[in-house]
Amino acid sequence: MIFTGGYPVQFAQLLVFLILFPLISAFFLLIARKDTERDWIVRLSALVTGVVSIWLLVLTYDKGIQLVTAVPQEPFGLIMFGLAMLIAVYILYLGITHKKWLVVGLIIVQSLLVLWYELVYAHGVHVEANLFIDEFSNIMALIIGIIGGLICVYSLGYMKFFHEHHPEMTDRRPLFFGLLFLFLSAMFGLVFANNLIWVFFFWEITTLCSFLLIGYTKTEEATTNAFNALWMNLLGGIAFAGAILWLGMSGNGTMGLDALLTTGKAIALIPAALIGFAGLTKAAQLPFSSWLVGAMVAPTPVSALLHSSTMVKAGVYIIVRFAPVFQSTFTGYLIAMVGALTFLIASGIAISQSNAKRVLAYSTIANLGLIVACAGIGTYEAIWAAILLIVFHAISKSLLFLATGSVEHRIKSREIDDMNGLIVRMPKIAAMMIIGIAGMFLLPFGMLISKWAAIRAFIDAPYGFLFVVILAFGSALTLFFWAKWMGKIIAVTSDSKNIEGEVDHSEWTAVVTLAGLSFITTLVFPLLSTKLLEPFLLANYGKVAQLSQDNVVIMILMLFLLMMMPLSVLLSARQHKHLAPYMCGRTTTHDLRFSGSLGVQKKALMANYYLHDWFGEAKLKSWGIWLCSAVIVIMIISALTKGVLP
Amino acid sequence: MINILSAIIFVLVAPIIGGLVAGIDRKVTAHMQGRVGPSVFQPFWDVGKLFEKENGVVNETQIFYAICYVIFMAFTGALFFAGGDLLLVIFALTLAQVFLVLGAFAANSPYSYIGAERELLQIMAYEPMVILTAVGMFVATKSFNVSDIAAATTPVVLLIPGIFLGYIYVLTIKLRKSPFDISTSHHAHQEIVKGVTTEFAGPSLGLIEITHWYETVLLLGFLWLFFAWNPLIAVVAVIVLYLLEILIDNTNARVRWQFAVKSSWLIAFVAGIINLAALYYLSGGVS
Repeated sequence: MIFTGGYPVQFAQLLVFLILFPLISAFFLLIARKDTERDWIVRLSALVTGVVSIWLLVLTYDKGIQLVTAVPQEPFGLIMFGLAMLIAVYILYLGITHKKWLVVGLIIVQSLLVLWYELVYAHGVHVEANLFIDEFSNIMALIIGIIGGLICVYSLGYMKFFHEHHPEMTDRRPLFFGLLFLFLSAMFGLVFANNLIWVFFFWEITTLCSFLLIGYTKTEEATTNAFNALWMNLLGGIAFAGAILWLGMSGNGTMGLDALLTTGKAIALIPAALIGFAGLTKAAQLPFSSWLVGAMVAPTPVSALLHSSTMVKAGVYIIVRFAPVFQSTFTGYLIAMVGALTFLIASGIAISQSNAKRVLAYSTIANLGLIVACAGIGTYEAIWAAILLIVFHAISKSLLFLATGSVEHRIKSREIDDMNGLIVRMPKIAAMMIIGIAGMFLLPFGMLISKWAAIRAFIDAPYGFLFVVILAFGSALTLFFWAKWMGKIIAVTSDSKNIEGEVDHSEWTAVVTLAGLSFITTLVFPLLSTKLLEPFLLANYGKVAQLSQDNVVIMILMLFLLMMMPLSVLLSARQHKHLAPYMCGRTTTHDLRFSGSLGVQKKALMANYYLHDWFGEAKLKSWGIWLCSAVIVIMIISALTKGVLP
Repeated sequence: MINILSAIIFVLVAPIIGGLVAGIDRKVTAHMQGRVGPSVFQPFWDVGKLFEKENGVVNETQIFYAICYVIFMAFTGALFFAGGDLLLVIFALTLAQVFLVLGAFAANSPYSYIGAERELLQIMAYEPMVILTAVGMFVATKSFNVSDIAAATTPVVLLIPGIFLGYIYVLTIKLRKSPFDISTSHHAHQEIVKGVTTEFAGPSLGLIEITHWYETVLLLGFLWLFFAWNPLIAVVAVIVLYLLEILIDNTNARVRWQFAVKSSWLIAFVAGIINLAALYYLSGGVS
């Protein structure tokens, strides 16, 4: 690379830096054996990636899309091909040793497709710009760099505690942290790559990383679930490889995203549908939702990473990227329908879940469904909503996972019913959790703004009323499970003691920063919209979506009103008469103890409603699997017949 | 677009109107039951008395949630009458409602706890229909702004009759009328003691009553929008429909929550899909 100081070269350096730097950190983390060494490498690397991703924003600000030609296709393409084959062999080996024949079959098919392309068509394909950056990539980079980095920092405290309390598990932290940073590196590569083959390479690395991280604890359950995640993502990988092969065969070798998205639906629709399918598997949409729920066996920071800034976000990223192709096609609507149904069904299942991490998992699947629904519809308004959802979901969901992880370490349980009175037992973490939950479903926080945007987008889209109806029902379900969880946390149990103790420094830094981010992003949301989203929409769709000035003002007003509310407690510090809770005339103590028959002291216990008859996981899921599989099959057929909406 | 003056007027006047409506409600109910009934100003004396009482609480946070409830309900109503965005109004209404639920949860008491869960069930029952109402109004008038919808010259109710019926159905839940007064009720024969409001007493309970008045006015304002093209018809329609709600209240026994949720969902689904689809095709299909 030549240091001419020109902007494109500077971009190129930054992009390459963001891809390679986490990789180098990963290497050092693999060889670092001491806790203090690891602490400093992780903290510094997270800081650097965070700062550089912000620096990238500053530098590319207002410059639109920048194609980077400074990084040549060869020899990097060849190196990637070699690595991809090595990974394939490794997966093949694992599949055979664990007797997972489905995985073996899928990896063989995928490798054959890749080989076929590489041997027959690759030499005819030349992509001018292999990397690129635009506003959307930039937003993704911020999510990966900042939120991903914070999760890595949090993991320091969490994993230390984890291994202290699980002496039966081998401490493989060097591998763990190495994988985290490899994951970040692959994610940066994925969002910066313009060459579809490079996207695919990074795509496969995220599959591998998630497989290894899910199986980290090496328990039987973890291994099973890891292979479950692997085969589903390999299925997506096959579709992706199929798309590349198809482009090589009959796409005139159009392999750059920039060219592909403007080449017209005749060429782009079939590969877009295949890649859309790959996106559905990675974004854990029905019928592929079970891998993400199974991934809950991994240590909590892994869940946080998979759910907020990596993996599933790669799935929706690629679907949103291809949205211009999906716009007003039958294929796009069917993808959107898979997303919408997933949103509805997963929200319903979340009601029946009592385990906090499973609630979070289903809520992630639901929200990704909403993003997919927006992307499939593909109008400028829908894309606006989709990107907002990606941003706000990443923040609130990572915050919730990390807070849940900290709670779990203290109460040794993930059950929501065990979190009764958390506000008394661990006020600081509980406050963070409340911010996270509020961020997921209440005005004026980001997720609700995004849902609002989604409603408006659906109304304006052709046949959108179907999606509006689904969204209306889905949000009602969402409200139910979040509010009952929040209610558990804020119940004041006067008999409880504060068991919070000292919160690990690195955990606390990450959690507080994320909580702060959920407020800040809500405040600067108008800026985010006008400075980043609108230019992106203008460049890709020629139109912009925005919220009216009045509504923005009202929402900021509400945010301040909300932040003022805790002060009202100070104002009414007057002494009130304290009464014991009403227990139907029984003599009750303040902490719900009453004398039962034979004079035995009993304690009243309260549990949430889970409505298993209606929202039971098994029943709803099998419905969802059949429905969504059917829609996906029609989707693929529609792409093959190039169905365009009437 | 936002009319600050209307917002201020709402905040000041709505409790008076809402209180009077509650008083008239009691009077009419009494007559339906063959009683004379109290004065129409009785709700004001009742609430006034509540504020003279001691503020007995299980814990202080309850007062906080009660204050949030009334403030955000007043805010929501003000936003509506100032001509704001209908969807924003609905989301703000949900926020206010959630504060009441949290207040009930915070007490950590069995009866208010069940009340809170049931209140959530009710919210879950009516929420889809309420959102679809806003969507229907948008499709009928091409605007989400209350000011535009109120100024529309088209007879909105004739364009979205299905959604109108659905709204009337869930209005019964929102007004806490039988057969859907599942989480708490104004009737003496309460099912689970007093549901969400079990642990609220004195001034805090007074605040919740006042919030209820605010909410009544807001909900009737929603009803007005269906008839806004002709104020005379609108006044008559709102009065007639409220009397209808009172009649329903007095002639129906409370149903199980399962029925409440299922029936409101069914109506929201059928009315929503059919009505929106019809409008969509009438307005020329693909935009």
